[in-house]
Amino acid sequence: MRALRWHGKHDIRCDNHVPDPTIEDGRDAIIKVSSCAICGSDLHLYDGFMPGMQHGDIVGHEFMGEVMEVGKDNKKLKVGDRVVVPFTIVCGECDQCRRGNFSVCERTNRNKDIADKVFGHTTAGLYGYTHLTGGYAGGQAEYVRVPYADVGPVVIPDGLTDDQVLFLGDILPTGWQAAAQCDIQPTDTVAIWGAGPVGQFAIRSAVLMGAEQVICIDNVPERLSMARAGGAITINFDEESVIHRLQELTRGKGPEKCIDAVGMESHAARSIDSMYDRAKQALFMETDRPHVLREMIYVCRPAGILSIPGVYGGLLDKIPFGAAMNKGLTFRMGQTHVNRWTDDLLNRIQDGQIDPTFVITHKVSLEEGPDMYKVFREKHDGCIKVVLKP
Amino acid sequence: MHTPRLEYQDYRVNHDARKLARSLGWFSIGLGLAELLMPGKLARAVGMEDNEGLIRLYGLREIGTGVGLLMTDNPEPWVYGRVVGDSLDLATLGVGMQRGDNPVGAAIAATAVAGVTVLDLACARGLGEEHHPVTLYDYSDRSGFPEPPERMRGRAAYGSIDRLPQVHGADAADRETETRH
Repeated sequence: MRALRWHGKHDIRCDNHVPDPTIEDGRDAIIKVSSCAICGSDLHLYDGFMPGMQHGDIVGHEFMGEVMEVGKDNKKLKVGDRVVVPFTIVCGECDQCRRGNFSVCERTNRNKDIADKVFGHTTAGLYGYTHLTGGYAGGQAEYVRVPYADVGPVVIPDGLTDDQVLFLGDILPTGWQAAAQCDIQPTDTVAIWGAGPVGQFAIRSAVLMGAEQVICIDNVPERLSMARAGGAITINFDEESVIHRLQELTRGKGPEKCIDAVGMESHAARSIDSMYDRAKQALFMETDRPHVLREMIYVCRPAGILSIPGVYGGLLDKIPFGAAMNKGLTFRMGQTHVNRWTDDLLNRIQDGQIDPTFVITHKVSLEEGPDMYKVFREKHDGCIKVVLKP
Repeated sequence: MHTPRLEYQDYRVNHDARKLARSLGWFSIGLGLAELLMPGKLARAVGMEDNEGLIRLYGLREIGTGVGLLMTDNPEPWVYGRVVGDSLDLATLGVGMQRGDNPVGAAIAATAVAGVTVLDLACARGLGEEHHPVTLYDYSDRSGFPEPPERMRGRAAYGSIDRLPQVHGADAADRETETRH
């Protein structure tokens, strides 16, 4: 089969003659991928920021398709079902799954020992996202083996297109969870850093959840225009001071809720702390660039909530924790517990309350995937979300 | 369901180049003040002790360019002004390297000026890109909502994370377990 494989930093290739996946366990299923997408967190792999990738790993964790084969113990799926596969692999039986904390499933990470050592405890297995999370083959391919396929995959009813439901596997519930973690009240201002796909869905979620005012911070005009379309007031950090503008919009009080939809590769390149982070990164003294996190802590209203869907990978420096503690801020973060939200969000899509296709700007073949990684990374050609058709 | 993109040609401000132009403006003022206020020290450092007047003059030029860069909405001509000034500086230091008392000092200063010239040229090039229209995309028609956002506000209001559907994972897990067995 054909698949996008990681061969090193900035080196993802569409390889032919990759071995087809096979059923390895009775609960497995094999999916023929009809649509997959490049996620912002795939760029962390592309840029070489995430440790634990190996030459030849198949990437991609946003995918859907048709069930081609099911294991003997899998009673949920049948051949021919159309499914969206959440990026977290969940067993549905461990203590964390039973509490709804699917992204920290205790059983699905095949390399639990490594994760235990690095993070203290294991997290769920993920598709195409380093050997720290199990080293599972990803979904930017023609076929994928889906382990624990009797739990995670969401069966899609007839009448919905791939484009409408593909993002149920990651970015739509990620934006939704980011807003849900904010306990949004009708008087709240929610400030969202990053107008990428997750930021866009966080904006729509915050509006649906009733925030009085939603503000989005970015510097890419196309992304800001999409943010405004969804109901956000926008701040272009190239053109105005984020802190002053947020103070102005909140009568000096600061936003009650802040969402970091940027994560470890903050690009506020001209701020002093960003230059400091880049210098430390170059000297291998820091792994992540947490400019957004610092800004959120500074500007958030005391007793506010910081919600962090943006991915961080390692060690962060100069976090103003004194300010966070004394202001009484609440931090909520984590990989998305996708299966918590999928049924509800699928209903909302069916009801027409939200149409996730608005975020798609590029739809290309799998062969064009490696080039689209570059376009997406550089934000060229108005690129916000790339869908690949294997 | 893939929405066609609204495409248009427009000119885009190069924020990186403009920020660099401002930095060069402040640098000009700093260097100009140094040339104006301590020309003797600078002249000795480059081995051209008889040229204090010229250094003062160059200082005035630097301050003028710096103020121009900081005051203007169109920094491009001022940056080219800096490039011309760099050429004058390099020519003067070239003379100092050949005929002055401290050719090593003059060579070090010339290297520094050459480095700043590279920055000036990069800045000028970046500002020049603003003259070329680029294809931009307007996504202001992509709300993702069936009605204007104002009318969608609060359609999924829960008030607290504890009241969100499916937050109690055990229910979801039970449901999946029932489906499976």
